[in-house]
Amino acid sequence: MKPKAFDYLKVSSAEEAVVALAQGGEDARIIAGGLSLMPMLNFRLAEPSILIDISKVDSLNYIREADGHVEIGAATRQADLMRWDGLADKLPLVNAALPYVGHYQTRAKGTVCGSLSHADPSSELPLCLAVLEGEVDLQSTNGKRTIPADQFQTGMLSTAKQAGEMITAARYPTAKDGCGYAFTEMAQRRGDFAIVALAAIASAKSIKLGIGGVADRPTVREWDLLEGDALNNALNEFAWDLGGYDDIHATARYRRELVRRLGRRVIEEAKTCRS
Amino acid sequence: MADVALGKKFLGQPVERVEDEILLMGKAQYSDHLPTRAGTQHAAILRSPHAHAKIISIDTTRAENIPGVTAVMTGDDVKEMSEAFLIVLRQPINQWALAVEKVRYVGEPVAIVVARNRYIAEDALAEIDVTYEAMKPAVDQEEAILDDAPIVHEAVGSNVVSTRDFTYGDPDDAFAAADKVVKMKIRYPRNSQTPLEGFVVTADYHQGENLYDVASNYQGPFTSHPVMSMALRVKNSQLRMRTPQWSGGGFGIKVQIFPYVVLICLASKKVGKPVKWVEDKLEHLSAAAAAPNRLIKMEAAVKNDGTVTGFRFDQQDDYGAFLRAPMPGPLYRMHGILTGAYDIKNLSVTNRVVMTNKCPSAMVRGFGGPQMYYGIERIMHKVATELGMDPLDVIRKNLVPAGVFPYRAAAGALIDSGDYPGAVERAVKEGALEDLKKRRDEMRAAGKKYGIGYAAIVEPAQSNMGYLSNILPRDERQRNPKGGAVANATVNVDPLGTVSVTADSIPQGQGHMTILSQIVADVLGLTPDQIKVNLDFDTAKDAWSIATGNYSSRFSSATTVACLKAAEKVKAKLARIASQTLNVPADQLEFVDGKIRDPSNPENGINFYRAAGSAHWTPGNLPDEMEPCVRETGSWSPPELESPNEKDQINTSLTYGFVFDFCGIEVDEDTGEVKIDKYVTMHDSGTLLNPLLADGQVHGAFAWAIGCALYEEFVYGDDGSFLTGTFADYLVPTAWEVPEPQIVHMESPSMLTPLGAKGIAEGNCMSTPVCLANAVADALDVEDITLPMTPTRISAMIHGEEKPPNNDKPAVTIPVKGEGNVLRGTGETFVPAEPLEVWNTLLDPKALAAVIPGCHALDLIGDNSYEADVSLGVGPVRGRFKANVGLTEMVEPKKATLSGGLIGPLGASQGSGHVFLEAADDGTKVSYDYAIELTGTVASVGGRLLEGAAKALVKQFFQRLGAQVGGRPVSGGEPWWRNLLRSLGLLK
Amino acid sequence: MSKLNKDARYPVTMTLNGEEVTGHAEPRMLLSDFLTHEIGITSCHVGCEHGVCGACTVIVDGTVMRGCLTLAVQADGTTVETAESLASKDGKLSELQLAFKKHHGLQCGYCTTGILMSLTAYLEENPKPTEEELRDMLSGHLCRCTGYVGIVKAVLDYCENSTE
Repeated sequence: MKPKAFDYLKVSSAEEAVVALAQGGEDARIIAGGLSLMPMLNFRLAEPSILIDISKVDSLNYIREADGHVEIGAATRQADLMRWDGLADKLPLVNAALPYVGHYQTRAKGTVCGSLSHADPSSELPLCLAVLEGEVDLQSTNGKRTIPADQFQTGMLSTAKQAGEMITAARYPTAKDGCGYAFTEMAQRRGDFAIVALAAIASAKSIKLGIGGVADRPTVREWDLLEGDALNNALNEFAWDLGGYDDIHATARYRRELVRRLGRRVIEEAKTCRS
Repeated sequence: MADVALGKKFLGQPVERVEDEILLMGKAQYSDHLPTRAGTQHAAILRSPHAHAKIISIDTTRAENIPGVTAVMTGDDVKEMSEAFLIVLRQPINQWALAVEKVRYVGEPVAIVVARNRYIAEDALAEIDVTYEAMKPAVDQEEAILDDAPIVHEAVGSNVVSTRDFTYGDPDDAFAAADKVVKMKIRYPRNSQTPLEGFVVTADYHQGENLYDVASNYQGPFTSHPVMSMALRVKNSQLRMRTPQWSGGGFGIKVQIFPYVVLICLASKKVGKPVKWVEDKLEHLSAAAAAPNRLIKMEAAVKNDGTVTGFRFDQQDDYGAFLRAPMPGPLYRMHGILTGAYDIKNLSVTNRVVMTNKCPSAMVRGFGGPQMYYGIERIMHKVATELGMDPLDVIRKNLVPAGVFPYRAAAGALIDSGDYPGAVERAVKEGALEDLKKRRDEMRAAGKKYGIGYAAIVEPAQSNMGYLSNILPRDERQRNPKGGAVANATVNVDPLGTVSVTADSIPQGQGHMTILSQIVADVLGLTPDQIKVNLDFDTAKDAWSIATGNYSSRFSSATTVACLKAAEKVKAKLARIASQTLNVPADQLEFVDGKIRDPSNPENGINFYRAAGSAHWTPGNLPDEMEPCVRETGSWSPPELESPNEKDQINTSLTYGFVFDFCGIEVDEDTGEVKIDKYVTMHDSGTLLNPLLADGQVHGAFAWAIGCALYEEFVYGDDGSFLTGTFADYLVPTAWEVPEPQIVHMESPSMLTPLGAKGIAEGNCMSTPVCLANAVADALDVEDITLPMTPTRISAMIHGEEKPPNNDKPAVTIPVKGEGNVLRGTGETFVPAEPLEVWNTLLDPKALAAVIPGCHALDLIGDNSYEADVSLGVGPVRGRFKANVGLTEMVEPKKATLSGGLIGPLGASQGSGHVFLEAADDGTKVSYDYAIELTGTVASVGGRLLEGAAKALVKQFFQRLGAQVGGRPVSGGEPWWRNLLRSLGLLK
Repeated sequence: MSKLNKDARYPVTMTLNGEEVTGHAEPRMLLSDFLTHEIGITSCHVGCEHGVCGACTVIVDGTVMRGCLTLAVQADGTTVETAESLASKDGKLSELQLAFKKHHGLQCGYCTTGILMSLTAYLEENPKPTEEELRDMLSGHLCRCTGYVGIVKAVLDYCENSTE
């Protein structure tokens, strides 16, 4: 189980990286933490022509709070975000979700933006970005653009990122007064890919619920403050709309069941932690 | 055999391990670290993506031309250079080290590349072109026995390759006289304990002496040594097998290295250089070995008071594609103890061996016990349920009573010692069962789903090497009777009096060095750290026999005895030497604190090292006829291990321990997760040689059993594709999932082994899965429980009918996937062109090439039949495939059927679909459905991705079709016309 | 830095367990293979090669990493620590290692070296974890032999009683 041969370039800036991406063509890949990409290389599921390593790009390694967002650079590791002082206060949802992201050992090297870029439908960080309505900065030799979360992830392992583009940063909106945030997920073992991941935001007027692991991308729905049967009906409708799929770990029906049952749990939890 | 007079200073104590220091320092040399000769080549193995297919041709030209590649071998080479492996049954089930003529399971070795390094060898795998003709596979064991099932081995003519019936006592009478007959059908899944270290083989063929010199982390049994040497067409002495001191776990699975030993030997002979192969995890999970899945149809004859008077078992084991020696071991290893812990005299059993297109089965920790006890203890639970009794009372009612040992069980096991009722009551008390019952009441009162489960099992150790003889008819096995089980150990004392020990136990991490050092230290009056135990092993130099190896809990009741005998021989010899100096009869001397002395006058003694030294330095002074040097080998085979008798009774193992478990579990109402609240496990394993290590074995077996009960299963699709090729799919429990059980010990020394010890490392593999299943059955009041008890399975049992969509609003069409990994989907799209135009595009190779995503080339190879070279994938996942597609059932311009297959380094697929064209306003409504089966690497490791990938690719195809026909350039994302409509404000 | 060509081998120099070592690697060579077969140490155990089992866990510039998910060329110029760095120079086991011995926290030893490296990094950040925190951290490793009991006991005992 060894990778196919590839060229390797360690860059020191995003500018250098996008030039290499442009030169490398369709099969050039950015590597940051490598936690998602390296297993695919070892299985030869992916055979890039060149790996462009941004893990040592200092200018992409930052956590910055500004204008109601926390901006996280493309080389910033999940563990760094987890250790960031402002996390519980500014990003309570992400704070609740991060312990579910892989393991201590994978978070130590895995990056936040790498997880967004990989676009696994079960992943926690893309789900949080979708529910919080964050955005992603992309850069290529043609310039920069910003994509809102709901347009970023387009399907299974697929994003709006075009060949030649790389993620330079992601922005997670900070917590709003009066809102409660809650996260939970069901995985068979600690740290496994979620069968269903759920992120909820409750405000004085509405409830927002994002679901990962059921459709081919994180999906978000917002309702007025519902209670009792109305909430159950809304969750049921959401579950059926998401559909779900069968794999060896769970049936589509089980996934829908979790949307209904854990959806309720996570919404209740979000309501109780409204500030 | 009487207990020996052994000053037990260290034995029985929780002595810390002598193994640990080097392991903790990271200095231990495992197989992959062993030195190899300069120029050693590295092998990689091409494996079948198909469960069942004819090999039409193999073209290795491109692979051989890669710089750094030394050789490529296929089944033809192997067939020419070697014999098929010997098997236990007399059936034409021929297996060579590489597939010959056809492949029979996903992962079967098809070709081997030998190259300068492993990376290059793997590069070359992608350049070998194999043309297969896929055949329908036999996958499910129940379907495989049907008349019209595909046959795995045509020469046998059936997938049932052995059927044997056995009767003990008078079961017909018992069932006729029963108050009630309780019936049950159970299935036990495929699983394995998957050691972290893979198989490693280094082989060096020595041309001048026609000798294969092999180093491998093979764990025995050395009954397979002649199997290998015969396959290699050499004498036993021309296959030198060496196993290293350190192994990264075995659990039985490393028995199955032997076909690879032969393969790498042949590769070395072919290239004239040493060749090394290290198995990777995908290879291991898909193709190493699995415990056989078993189907048991059971009946119990029951009295109204809960007494079980008879059993009828119909056991059917699925051995996968080949019967590798010593298969079908799991079906026969437990034979003598088929009545478990119960005093049941009447038994009939039918054993069936079934072949399917899955990875060959093998011995895995528990070795037939997990399967058998899953049946027995589930039906005992059901007996209780049907009689309205407490399951524990049914267990109590039927246990082999105290005071009857040695006890001959119905099928022949000679149970050496124990007190089963006493052990149960002790566990009930020390484990506070009454408190647990109260807790269940409270939890249930609070609306929780809480259950208690029990299991009582007998744990055999040290297999009778004749245990498989029962598979042969009586007259046939009597011509060549087999029995016994030989163990060997050697104790050496060098000229300076330092003691070293070797033995044939081939440890995989259990701590054998520590135990042997404890034994020898006690016999010779030394300390364990003065004993250097070396357990690397060499068939060219060490004492060994067919039983040599590490399996069936052989160590604690067998190797220890051989070592004890060797140490006693040394003691006797040194006592005679010392006796000359001390003028005390040899049998009156004691060995204490490094001295040999007269116990009545401790001053009269000599140092141990001096007595030993004189056998080296002054051999002339030795007592008459004594040979110089101090090196003694102990060999031992217990007389109780006889061949099966006239009545088919066989004492399948030497010692029999007892395990009784109970547990409390809660099922999460919302998620269906099974949470273990409390687990108590009682072990009577005879005398404990080292309680610290004994508990370690219990904890390890328990952890794997948690996996078997809740997480681990090798999953196959209906097409035989293998779906659990990563540790993200084959779920090994972590520290988060495995609770610490409460262990209770009782020690009833075995009367058949001098040290009184029995096995302890397999019991929980047998007791824990069924104990947890019984608890879940109790919590949910259900009978049919399938392992592993995953949340999705539990949910299906507790969540009832699914709540339908609201307000009769039609739900979105959810792709319904069949069993296994058949991907199905439907969809429709709109193409702004006449149906005929769309139709023509589908038939025009050039236009079609533009429509197929990632198509590099497309050729018409026959009437409406195409061959294409395509790159397919989603996101960064991408693979190159050769595709064959044909159009049939064509009704111009309305509908057509597309069918075909893909093959490439990542795997193979077969699929078909229908396309329907229907005129709609200003264009064509194109609707489609598809069903795709995927097999090979991508199915094994990418299961989570496949559904989405197939959907995305099919969608892309039709989008591109729309664009092509509409004359617009192909682009990713949404069809151009949606954007147009959106910009006109006609679409949101 | 200039582009490394896929077909060429490049010198990779690192401070490994306190000593400077140099070997050669193609860009695609995994750090686990480099340490084992190019440098020749015996403490980075190759298990699953897809980042799940944790047997190859090492510390690179203070960060715990899977050796199988790291390229050798990425480790050029870094400081790498494996389990071979834990005992004293004269071969005395560390207190953590001794706790593993005392509590039978290892059997075959294959996973142990990786677990020790995770603990080395983790206990630095969280010197007195609760059992739950510890088990959460250990869930990034697979052990097939011990059932984790001895490992958990060893670490909790060490954290309670360490004099280091």
